[in-house]
Amino acid sequence: MELILVNIIDGLVTGLLLFMLSAGLTLIFSMMGVLNFAHASFYMLGAYFAYQISLALGFWMGLLIAPLVVGVLGAGVERYGLRRVHQYGHVPELIFTFGLALLIEELVQFIWGKNQMPYDIPDVLNFTAFAIAGNSIPAYKIFMIFISVAIFIGLLYVLTKTRVGMIIQAALSYPRTVEALGHNVPLIFMGVFGVGTALAGVAGVIAGPVLGTFPGMAFVLGSIVFVTIVIGGLGSLWGALVASLLIGWITTFAKSYNLAMSDVLNTLGIATPENLDDHFLRDLWTVTSPQIADILPYILMVLILIFRPYGLFGNRSA
Amino acid sequence: MRTTLKLGLGAALALSVSAASLFADTIKIAFIDPLSGPFASTGTNGLHQFQFAADYLINQNGGVLGGEEFEIVAFDNKISPKESLIQLQVAIDQGIRYIAQGNSSGVANALTEAINKHNRRNPDDRVLFLNYAAVDPALTNDKCNFWHFRFDANADIKMDALTDVMAEDDSIKKVYVIGQDYSFGKSVAAAAVRNLSAKRPDIEIVGNELHPIGKVKDFTPYARKIVASGAQAVITGNWGADMVGLGKSIVENGYTGPIFTYYAAGSGITAAFGETGKGVVRLVGEGQTNPPVSDAAADYYRAFKAQYPDGNVDQNRITNVVGMLAQAIDAAGTADDVVKVAYALEGMEYDSIWGSTIMMREKDHQAIQDVHIHAHTDEGITFTYDNSDYGIAVMKTVSMASADAPTTCEMKRP
Repeated sequence: MELILVNIIDGLVTGLLLFMLSAGLTLIFSMMGVLNFAHASFYMLGAYFAYQISLALGFWMGLLIAPLVVGVLGAGVERYGLRRVHQYGHVPELIFTFGLALLIEELVQFIWGKNQMPYDIPDVLNFTAFAIAGNSIPAYKIFMIFISVAIFIGLLYVLTKTRVGMIIQAALSYPRTVEALGHNVPLIFMGVFGVGTALAGVAGVIAGPVLGTFPGMAFVLGSIVFVTIVIGGLGSLWGALVASLLIGWITTFAKSYNLAMSDVLNTLGIATPENLDDHFLRDLWTVTSPQIADILPYILMVLILIFRPYGLFGNRSA
Repeated sequence: MRTTLKLGLGAALALSVSAASLFADTIKIAFIDPLSGPFASTGTNGLHQFQFAADYLINQNGGVLGGEEFEIVAFDNKISPKESLIQLQVAIDQGIRYIAQGNSSGVANALTEAINKHNRRNPDDRVLFLNYAAVDPALTNDKCNFWHFRFDANADIKMDALTDVMAEDDSIKKVYVIGQDYSFGKSVAAAAVRNLSAKRPDIEIVGNELHPIGKVKDFTPYARKIVASGAQAVITGNWGADMVGLGKSIVENGYTGPIFTYYAAGSGITAAFGETGKGVVRLVGEGQTNPPVSDAAADYYRAFKAQYPDGNVDQNRITNVVGMLAQAIDAAGTADDVVKVAYALEGMEYDSIWGSTIMMREKDHQAIQDVHIHAHTDEGITFTYDNSDYGIAVMKTVSMASADAPTTCEMKRP
């Protein structure tokens, strides 16, 4: 029972981290129709910049400055890269962001090397907040939850309650009309791209110390972010949140409990075949939930695409 | 245009001739390991250790056979067995007689087979395989051959030493085994279970699990299971980012016992563990760095750091490879007849600069040496790793580990 509570907290942390990445990506997509393959690379840049800044000015300045730098870089990429490629259509845009992802990874390896960086949790937060039945919950995780919730509320407020948010939402659906009303739509695009990448940067800054700051960190998160926004519905902030939490909890619970497929099938009334070793379904019978935990989100995505192609919260007609 | 071409050709020809005559007196060792791609840092660090050992131990002390120097020639195999075979052929074509390789037992298996075949077919230009790090036990058992020499302790020897130390600790009642889901992770798990159940039947294996290699974003769920299982010790063969991720996560989530590992030092891992790993991370391996066993060892380490400030001597056996090869060549009186050199290497007892006697066991060409259990710490560390405050210090030593371990090797000698 206690373990369930612990897993709920762990899943929440994973989910919220995923949310910070997917929020930016889904905003960028809904606005510009660009699937930004380099999004996770900005997450990695956030971690590396923060590490570098933390060496000189400490963790907190890193948390403050690194996302800004990443955001400015992102805006620059939109202004001088994507905008030029945009006129040639979506495929060149995809190829551009894909190339950018590779470039950033190589660049990071070139500057910082291939080893993992000693980027650590600040001492102020390096203690156990509380323990549930021997399982300690580090204070840093609580801090991660607060940061991500604050960002979600902030984003929601800006998008729904402020004038800027309204213009952004209008530009989402009717860019030409908004332009005709005298708003600078390309500037809005650049801003959204910058903010989106800065969000990924924040995620990198706070995830770097716990998940490791190494050149492969973008790669391990890259594909799952796309799955999240497809499940949540492209362009929906709420969708991104719900899908992120869903994925966080599904994978955490699947890994924490050694649920064996044979037990599941037995409960369903299917008996285990006697000579399992040369049975043609042996792999299916011997599979356990931790082994398939990482593909569960993909299975969920396939199901969503079949039964609700516009995602959980998407409003785009299929 | 034409004259410049001729001039250029002539110059190139002259250069190649002079280069050939310049290096005529060197004994070349081909270093075939990853120098690009994800494992490049490990490969490059190994290359530096080889080059340094050759210069410092041999070339600066008058070479072998009265003046011939060692030269390490690097070949990038991108950690692919297929690419390694191509590089092996290139090396043989260049007249190189000694092949050194270590990263990945998959590559080592391919190389040992290819070298065996080559030596059978080409008795005139045979080569020796100096395996300095591939620890798959099969290489000195079923797949052994006369041309292969392993200078590292194999995975079984290391696990044997590790479990010897664990067995002495009566407070350990529950052990959790976790590793990467591929051949090495599986063989570590199997060896751990086999050894523990033989030495301490009262120890309960409370978990034995594999996770995807290089794909786990967050080890927290695994850490929770380990903590919940009540384990007092964890055994893992993880390396790279998987090692750091798992280790840090276990500690952060409330585990306080030791984590017994194979590869949790150097290449940034020591720096990444830092304070977190202190009192937790234990490493099994050969070669004593801290405390330094002698002034000679300390001088060696200092000289290495002077030449490679960003590197670590984290594969001490490389020094032994170079030293033993030199001694064997001197004993054989030739560097060209590798059969003689191989016979000289067989059964050789060599005093390593790192403090152990290395005995190259005759029946399977497995080096028998002291195996140490190291602790990751910042106390009593003379030589730190990764330019951090931390390093590894010897806690316990199993001298001449597994000297009488059985082998299934049936070697055919020329």
